[in-house]
Amino acid sequence: MNKSGINLYIGGLLVGVLLVVALIGMVWTPHDPLAMNFAARLAAPGAAHWLGTDEFGRDQLSRLMQGAATSVKISALTVIFAVVSGTVFGVTSGFLRGWVDRVIMAVNDVLLAFPGLLFALGLLAVIGATEYGIILSLGLIYMSSVVRVVRGTVLGLRTREFVEASAVMGNASLFTMWRHILPNCVAPLTVLATSICGWSILAESSLSFLGLGVAPPAPTWGNMLASSRGFLDQAVWLVVFPGLSISLSLLGINLLGDALRDLLDPRMRKRA
Amino acid sequence: MTKAPLLEIANVTLGVPALHVTIVRNASLHVAPGEVVGIVGESGSGKTMLGRAVIGLSPQPVRLIDGDIRFRGRAFRDMNAEEMRAIRGPGVSMIFQEPMTSLNPSMSVGRQMEEGLALHGGIDAAERRRRILAMLERVGIGDGARMLKAFPHEFSGGMRQRIMIASAMLLRPALLIADEPTTALDAVVQRDIMDMLAELTREYRTAVMLISHDLSMVARYADRIVVMQHGDIVEAGDKEVVLSAPKHDYTRKLLSSLPARAPSRPEIGDDPLISVEKLGVSFVRRGGLFSRDTVKNAVRNVSMDIRPGEVVAVVGGSGSGKTTLARAIAGLTDYQAGTIRFCGLDLSDPKGEARARYRKQCHMVFQDPFSSLDPRMKVGALIAESLRILPQIPKSDHARLVTEALLDVSLDPKLVERYPHQLSGGQRQRVAIARALVRRPSFVIADEAVSALDVTVRAQVLSLLADLQRKYGFACLFITHDFAVVEQIADRVVVMQDGMIVEQGTRDAILDTPQHPYTLKLLSAIPMLEPTETGGLRLKWRHAPETAAVLQS
Repeated sequence: MNKSGINLYIGGLLVGVLLVVALIGMVWTPHDPLAMNFAARLAAPGAAHWLGTDEFGRDQLSRLMQGAATSVKISALTVIFAVVSGTVFGVTSGFLRGWVDRVIMAVNDVLLAFPGLLFALGLLAVIGATEYGIILSLGLIYMSSVVRVVRGTVLGLRTREFVEASAVMGNASLFTMWRHILPNCVAPLTVLATSICGWSILAESSLSFLGLGVAPPAPTWGNMLASSRGFLDQAVWLVVFPGLSISLSLLGINLLGDALRDLLDPRMRKRA
Repeated sequence: MTKAPLLEIANVTLGVPALHVTIVRNASLHVAPGEVVGIVGESGSGKTMLGRAVIGLSPQPVRLIDGDIRFRGRAFRDMNAEEMRAIRGPGVSMIFQEPMTSLNPSMSVGRQMEEGLALHGGIDAAERRRRILAMLERVGIGDGARMLKAFPHEFSGGMRQRIMIASAMLLRPALLIADEPTTALDAVVQRDIMDMLAELTREYRTAVMLISHDLSMVARYADRIVVMQHGDIVEAGDKEVVLSAPKHDYTRKLLSSLPARAPSRPEIGDDPLISVEKLGVSFVRRGGLFSRDTVKNAVRNVSMDIRPGEVVAVVGGSGSGKTTLARAIAGLTDYQAGTIRFCGLDLSDPKGEARARYRKQCHMVFQDPFSSLDPRMKVGALIAESLRILPQIPKSDHARLVTEALLDVSLDPKLVERYPHQLSGGQRQRVAIARALVRRPSFVIADEAVSALDVTVRAQVLSLLADLQRKYGFACLFITHDFAVVEQIADRVVVMQDGMIVEQGTRDAILDTPQHPYTLKLLSAIPMLEPTETGGLRLKWRHAPETAAVLQS
């Protein structure tokens, strides 16, 4: 099996598990993730609580499952927001050029120049630390890199002969953009989208860790990590499992992204 | 042969063992000191890999599977990395095809040239500098002291190739491997550089392995010719013998692919289909805050007509404005002065009625079939797209027309399901031609449409294009730097230099009795192979270079 085949299987498996766990976590968890049980404080993993309990005796597996649901939802919506808006601005900018390009790129460069998390923190302080606030602020940050990538790709494609051939054939610019330019942006976009997916899981965890993400007691991987800090010496599983969840999800998403890029590109699909 | 060979390649097989691919099979050849051996073959014939193996620079996965390469009697096999390094430079040196990328853009020319000398020469800095300056002068680069401080991007392609040659020859190598040394350059520059290289290597008694796809060029400069096909050496021998009495079928095919002049056709007297009048195209480079905008006039005051069913070739060196002219006529580049008329209608309004009609009647075939076809579309869709804006053709007919178009260009209609990357270069260019012709245009612009193809494929595609032109009778504007193409396909020729037309006329008039010195210079730069009575070929210059020189001065 070749490299991208292995990537596809491992990545697909990890992301599949993440999605299944997130889906189940939305409707059912073994225990109530918010129910406290002081009799079972900091219980080690065992038959009653498979992954142990936290300082309030809440079941960690249930909390992780619900956290997965939150993470997946936030990162999926962030990716959609960033990719769609970024592609619209990027293609417009690269294809029309002129002053439209200059305005869009000036605004975009300002966004790009801001430290991402700082920008998100500022925005969240203004609009409030809700799920949608996080999606909007992370989406805006990542949009700027999508705009950059798409504009660059479009600029490169514009001068390619098949785009000129389309103009010679008498096709309208809008058709050329849709038929020839957008499909050729898919490969770089897929890679970027999967990276954004990973970054947003990480950023959401960081924001929650800093206390500006999804507000406790609702569990996310980030705030679980944050609250486990004080109990590192007594209950190491409180750090290990949320940490593992984040790392394995990121690994899966990145592997899947690589494999998808190869699959989506007809040039890579079949080498006779 | 009395002398011991300098280089001996004995039964060499090169390949990628992991993929069970053989690149060169059982090749044997030898190079005597001071001898020029030409290796001719098409892309994929293994000629470049063989050349690289000789300097021990095979790409990562390629291995010497069998056989021996011996330099001055010692086998590469027995040498360690240290000894190999000692051979590279003073023993074997190499110049590459692409002078744009083979020089390091972030190093001054002087430092790059000095590297080799410092490594091998054991001479002090002052002496190194003296030798470099002498060598630069020798390869025709004046003002050496200033040039040493310059960076590669400040030089033209021809100058860079001169610098490459100079740095290779500084170490006075016993063997120089020249891999397509002038392919990226235009004909006049190509000739100057090859002459210089030939003279320099003769003076230094350097043997040359001249690798090229261009048989006439190799025939001009090599003592012996080796012909390769699909990794095999199919024929080798003295130049005269190979040219005049080729033994192998493939050599004969190569020789016969050199286009002969097609019979001239009666002049067409109709009203012009395309009429270009006093056309001017300029590009403005925006200056910075403190510098003025600079204007480059790519096309100046060009007037020409193309009549229905006529093939007009535009020739000229690189930078002559021929491509800009074609792009302006195709509507891809704006023009600032003059008019272009199609059937008497002015095309200046990009949204006008005339332009819309013209769009449906005109098509273009680009130089590079690798980039002129959208990599994400299948062949069928690519060709059908050309029919999209023709409302009179119902969608239900598209599939049938696509099949017909593929048959027209001698491709299997089953290819509609393929992507461009699954086709060979020749097949792709055929698809591009099918795409252009499926709408039965009255006018086709071909911008170097066969230059990127291998010699034998080029001949096939060119004769296909000529046949289709006769069959469908479209007018054609053919941009080319290759006079062989002109001979085979053109009715009339337009010669351009520095954005202006210096001469135009019927093909026979331009080729046989050129008037302008530039035309003469272009023609004389190209060696030509002429069929002999015995069925072989002999080398001939179209016009004696001396005449050109006299006319120039």
